[in-house]
Amino acid sequence: ASGLPEYIKIVEVGPRDGLQNEKVIVPTDIKIELINRLSKTGLPAIEVTSFVSSKWVPQMADHKEVMRGIERHPGVQYPVLTPNLRGFHSAIAAGATEVSVFGAASESFSKMNINCSIEESIEKFEEVAKSARNMNIPVRGYVSCALGCPYEGNIIPAKVAEVSKRLYSMGCYEISLGDTIGVGTPGSMKRMLEAVMKDIPLSALAVHCHDTYGQALANILTAIQMGVTVVDSSVAGLGGCPYAKGATGNVATEDVIYMLNGLGINTGVNLYAVMEAGNFICTALNKKTNSKVAQASFSTATIN
Amino acid sequence: MAAARRLLPRWAVSLRPVSGAAAAGALPKRVKVVEVGPRDGLQNEKNVVPTPVKINLINMLSETGLQVIEATSFVSPKWVPQMADHTEVMQGINKLPGVSYPVLTPNLKGFQAAVAAGAKEVSIFGAASELFTKKNINCSIEESLERFGEVMTAARAASIPVRGYVSCVLGCPYEGKISAAKVAEVSKKMYSMGCYEISLGDTIGIGTPGSMREMLTAVMKEVPVGALAVHCHDTYGQALANILVALQMGVSVVDASVAGLGGCPYAQGASGNVATEDLVYMLNGLGIHTGVDLQKLMDTGTFICNALNRRTNSKVSQASCRL
Repeated sequence: ASGLPEYIKIVEVGPRDGLQNEKVIVPTDIKIELINRLSKTGLPAIEVTSFVSSKWVPQMADHKEVMRGIERHPGVQYPVLTPNLRGFHSAIAAGATEVSVFGAASESFSKMNINCSIEESIEKFEEVAKSARNMNIPVRGYVSCALGCPYEGNIIPAKVAEVSKRLYSMGCYEISLGDTIGVGTPGSMKRMLEAVMKDIPLSALAVHCHDTYGQALANILTAIQMGVTVVDSSVAGLGGCPYAKGATGNVATEDVIYMLNGLGINTGVNLYAVMEAGNFICTALNKKTNSKVAQASFSTATIN
Repeated sequence: MAAARRLLPRWAVSLRPVSGAAAAGALPKRVKVVEVGPRDGLQNEKNVVPTPVKINLINMLSETGLQVIEATSFVSPKWVPQMADHTEVMQGINKLPGVSYPVLTPNLKGFQAAVAAGAKEVSIFGAASELFTKKNINCSIEESLERFGEVMTAARAASIPVRGYVSCVLGCPYEGKISAAKVAEVSKKMYSMGCYEISLGDTIGIGTPGSMREMLTAVMKEVPVGALAVHCHDTYGQALANILVALQMGVSVVDASVAGLGGCPYAQGASGNVATEDLVYMLNGLGIHTGVDLQKLMDTGTFICNALNRRTNSKVSQASCRL
C-alpha cells in the first residue's frame, strides 16, 4: 500500500461556489448545460445551486429552474446550499435530495457574511438539520476560514475543531473545511487537521482549498497524506476571490485530478471530459480558464 | 480538443500505478532557494530586456536575502539573443558578499568567457532524454557529457564550482515518459565528473508528486540527497506539490524564478518556472528558514513585470489581499 487513500471523492463546486463568484450572470440554460456535462464525467457529487435570497446572491436567483432543469444521473449527488429553514423547504420542493449548510470558524466573517454570530448561525442550521433528518435528507457542513480569515487574520485550529464538532454533532455527514482566502500552507493545514481529527472521524472530513496564494495542491496533498479522502474543487478553477481583487479562488478540478492520477489514486473521473466541460463554461463566460492543466493542453503545441 | 488529447500523457488521464507516496520523515529546517529568474526566466520571455534592467533586477534580488542568483548564460548570442549581453551583465552587477552568481557555460569557450568576465561559479546543462539533447544542442547525451568534461577540467584547475542540471527528469516533450533509472544514470555521471550539486528539472512541468517520488528514490541511490536540488515547472500547476514531496524526501535546495518569469517553450501560452514568491510563501508557512524577505522579493517581481509590461505569474503577488 502506498500509504495514501486508494480513492478520493471529488466534490465539484463549480456550478455553485464557482459561478457565485463570477462577475457575469450566467443564463439558466448555460448553468444546466454545464451541470449536465459535469454529470457525464464520473464526478460523484456536483453542487448545483444555492437556495438563498436572490437579493443577496443574484447569480443563484434561478435556483428552482436549475434544480428542476438538470438531468439527474444515477449515482451522482446534487447537493444545494440551504442557509436556513426557508431555503431548505424551497430546495426540497424543487426536488433537492441533499443539502449543505455553511458555518465559519471566524466570528467576524460570520457577522460580515450572514449578519449573525457563529452561535446564531448554528441554531439556524440545527433547524435545517432537524427537518432534514426527518426527511432522510443528508446534510453536508462547511466551515469557512479554516486556515485564516480576511477580517481576523489567524484562526486557531481549536476554533475550527469546535465549529466542526457542532456541525457534525447536529447530523452533518461530512464537514468540508474551507481555506476561504487561500492563505493556508501545508504547515497550517497539518495543524488544523490534527486538531479537527481529534473530534471528527477522518472519513467525515473534506478539504475545500482556494488557490489564491498558489498553495492549494500542496495543501490538498498534505490533507490526503493525513488520510482525508474527500476534496472539493471547481471546474476550470471557476470563482475568483471576493477578498482579493483579481486573484484566483477555487482550485481547478482538472489540476486536482491530474495530481491524483499521477499519484495512482482513483477518482472515477475522466479528466478529458472535465476539461471539455471547463472549455464549455469558459467559452460561455468569455474568460480564460484558471486550470493550468487546461492551459497547457489547449495550446497550439510547437513540438513535432 | 484533438490537440489536448495528444498533449496529455496517457497516465495523466488514467491511473498510474505507483507505490510509496505517503509523507516521509521530517522536513529540512533550512532550504536554499536558487533564483533562476534573470537567466532561465528571462531567456524564456519574448521581449529582449535591456542590459540596465537586467542589472537592476539582479541587484534588487541581491537585496532580498537570496543566496544564489543565476545571472546569465555564456552562450552564443546567435542561439540566445536574450543573453547576448552576458559580459556586460556579469561586469555590471553588484556582487554582494555571501551571494553566488552562477552562470551557464555550455562549453569550454563559454567557460573561458565567463571566467574572464568575473564569474566565480558555473553551471552545465545535461538531459535525461536523448531526443531532447539532440533537438536542444544537436548531440547525444554521451557527447554532451564529453563537452562538459572539458569544462569540468578547466573549472577544477581554476577552483570554480560547477552545478549540473538534468533536464526532462519527469518527462520529455519529445520522448514522453523518462525512466527514473535514466535520470539516476545521468545524474550520477555529472556528479562523478565533479558537479557539487545536481538540479533535477521537470522541464515541461508534467511531473506529479507520484513521479517526483519515484524519480528521487532512484537518483538518491546514486547521489547523496545533500547534493540534490529540484527545478520544477508549474506548467500543469503541480510545482509546489512536487516540491513538497521533494522536501519530505530530504531535498533542501529548490530552484525558482521571481514572478514565475519564463513561459514554457513547448506549450504556447502556458506557464513555466515556479514563482519564487509562491515557493517562499509555502516554506515560510512550513517554518522552513530561507533567509529571503518575501516583501522585497515581491517588490522585485513588480519591478521586472512592469519593465516587461506583463502580469506576474506569482499567485502570492496577484493576491496581495485587500479588503
